[in-house]
Amino acid sequence: MLKLDNVTKKFGSFVAVDSLSIEIPEKQMFGFLGGNGAGKTTTFRMILGLLDQTEGEISWNEGGIGYDQSHLVGYLPEERGLYPKLKVEDQLVYLAKLRGMNKQDARGEINYWLERFKVPDYRTKKVEELSKGNQQKIQFISAVLHKPKLLILDEPFTGLDPVNVEMLKEAVKELKEKGTSIVFSSHRMEHVEELCESLCIMHKGAPVVHGKLKEIKRSFGKKNVQIEADFDVSFLKEEEVVLHYKAVPEGATCQIHKEEDAQVLFEALQGKGFVRKFEVEEPSLEDIFIEKVGESYE
Amino acid sequence: MNKFFVILSHTYTNRIKSKAFIITTALMVAAILLMTNIQTVMEVFQGDEDEKSSVALIADEPEASALAASIPGGEIYEGEAEDAKKSVRDGKFDGLLVVEKGEAGLPAGHYYTDEFTSSTDQEVRQALQQVKMNAAARQQNISGEALAEISTPVEFETTALEEGAKSEEELNQARVIVYIMLFVMYLAVIMYGNIIATEVTTEKSSRVMEILISSVSPVTQMFGKITGVALVGLSQFGIFILSGIVGIRMSDSSENSLIQMAGLSNPDWGIITYAVIYFLLGYFLYATLAAVLGSLVSRVEDAQQTVTPMMMLVVVAFFFAISALSNPNAFYIAAASYIPFFTPFVMFTRIGVGEMPVWEVVLSFGVLVGAIILLGVIGARIYRGGVLMYSSSSLWKNTKEALQLSKKE
Repeated sequence: MLKLDNVTKKFGSFVAVDSLSIEIPEKQMFGFLGGNGAGKTTTFRMILGLLDQTEGEISWNEGGIGYDQSHLVGYLPEERGLYPKLKVEDQLVYLAKLRGMNKQDARGEINYWLERFKVPDYRTKKVEELSKGNQQKIQFISAVLHKPKLLILDEPFTGLDPVNVEMLKEAVKELKEKGTSIVFSSHRMEHVEELCESLCIMHKGAPVVHGKLKEIKRSFGKKNVQIEADFDVSFLKEEEVVLHYKAVPEGATCQIHKEEDAQVLFEALQGKGFVRKFEVEEPSLEDIFIEKVGESYE
Repeated sequence: MNKFFVILSHTYTNRIKSKAFIITTALMVAAILLMTNIQTVMEVFQGDEDEKSSVALIADEPEASALAASIPGGEIYEGEAEDAKKSVRDGKFDGLLVVEKGEAGLPAGHYYTDEFTSSTDQEVRQALQQVKMNAAARQQNISGEALAEISTPVEFETTALEEGAKSEEELNQARVIVYIMLFVMYLAVIMYGNIIATEVTTEKSSRVMEILISSVSPVTQMFGKITGVALVGLSQFGIFILSGIVGIRMSDSSENSLIQMAGLSNPDWGIITYAVIYFLLGYFLYATLAAVLGSLVSRVEDAQQTVTPMMMLVVVAFFFAISALSNPNAFYIAAASYIPFFTPFVMFTRIGVGEMPVWEVVLSFGVLVGAIILLGVIGARIYRGGVLMYSSSSLWKNTKEALQLSKKE
């Protein structure tokens, strides 16, 4: 269990992270959401001990996270970087050694991961010869090679094509099933929705939403109704039950308070023409974020 | 501690294998072999020309034959001076010496040559001087023995009365050794300081640094790197020294003046021990500074710039040391020898050419070790913040920002 208790980080007068309290249970995936400058990377750096928090406590399994445990921690920084002139294998072996692995084990793991990511022939290539996306795969390997118990991934999916995103997602899910606690940050709400049990949305250093995904959605108390029709549905804007109206191609998305309100909308649409779609669905994280922060983050 | 060695060996093997290292080492070895065999090399190039050097002489007897005997390549010229000059211009002779009777009937010379090569000029002048002296002696009825006695150099010896003081010969030897060592230190600090700063900045600019310092503490990382580069330096200088020894063996001449002068055939181990100690301490002091400076910039292009203050320190230290060579006990030299960044150069020079009480030497070690620890502690903090920082303002601003990053509030 990774526990952050009232953690605050100030840079001079600037508050980068403001009284953040979260708990990340074992063998779970935890998502950090937030725009640029929300404090995600700073939080990760504090968890890793690269920065000291100004106030508060960070503990992992009742202890601190120090360099003596670095073999249990994996980290994929937001700013990707490897030695451009070194060969992939030499590089990975070096980084694995720094995480306390011996050369033989490291070699075995490198083979496994290169095969898995379908790039076994990169082993003897220099990193600078690889494409950005492939460098990122190598970097990901360097974060998981030593079978960490705690894996911190800062924006792991940015800059990858959809095929590689899927490949990485599969790998992450598998690691979680094998017992690794994974903390990751993302710009992309859908990745978090897909992968995480729990999450935290940060805004300007403060957590605005925090908890289990399902509970967050349930307690949000609002639903979306998706409507697609052959006629203009903009008159729904005037309905009292509609909290938020958004026009989409061939229809609209209306936000309502509770499921029963959908009935009002359904009746309003009666007799106006052909309705191709009428669906009540859970709110997306995006909706929650906009609601809590008052603005879109993208 | 284990990771310290991982970083150390990684730094070491990568450096040793790098093209830059192999090329500079090879070039230096070639230069050393050349320098130690400079006489042989020079002979190869000028061997033929030397024999050809010839001087035409136009003089009356008995001066003519005396000069012909004492000037190498001297040859009595039968004919007009104008023709002889022409032959000089044509390259048949290197020069022409015309001797006439000057004041008081003593011989006076006029030397014509195409080019002034001071050595022939000097030889001719000396030979003529001798001839003139003999002529003058004859005029004054001074016997040959008397003349020989007059021209013998005076016997002169110096003895230092202070116990343990170095004799003039020892002092000269020490000066040469100290000078060589100073130069080696100067070179090493500049070379390896630059390497360290560049390595740190490279790791920063390629952004691999964040992975490194999430695995290993920045302090371990910094000192692992510094020690790794130190070993590279020691290996490199080991190769240089070895090639120096090989070069001296190859030249196998006892008249090799440089080696004689430095007493390398019979080295003073005391001064070499001091040299090694000051070299290592000085290296660690400057290397720590270089690592810290390197951590403050994010682009490799800026690394050169950021080490400029360090380079200036080295240059100033070097000049203090050079002036200490001739004046080891001056007050400003004594003062400078306790300023940590100057100590390895200046104190070492003072020990080399002067007499230093033990307590001063020990004190200087203390100053150096203290400074290294202090710089290490402060440097580690700056380094820790600096490696996470990617802004590009002035050095001073960056330092403050780095310190703030590593602070709690």
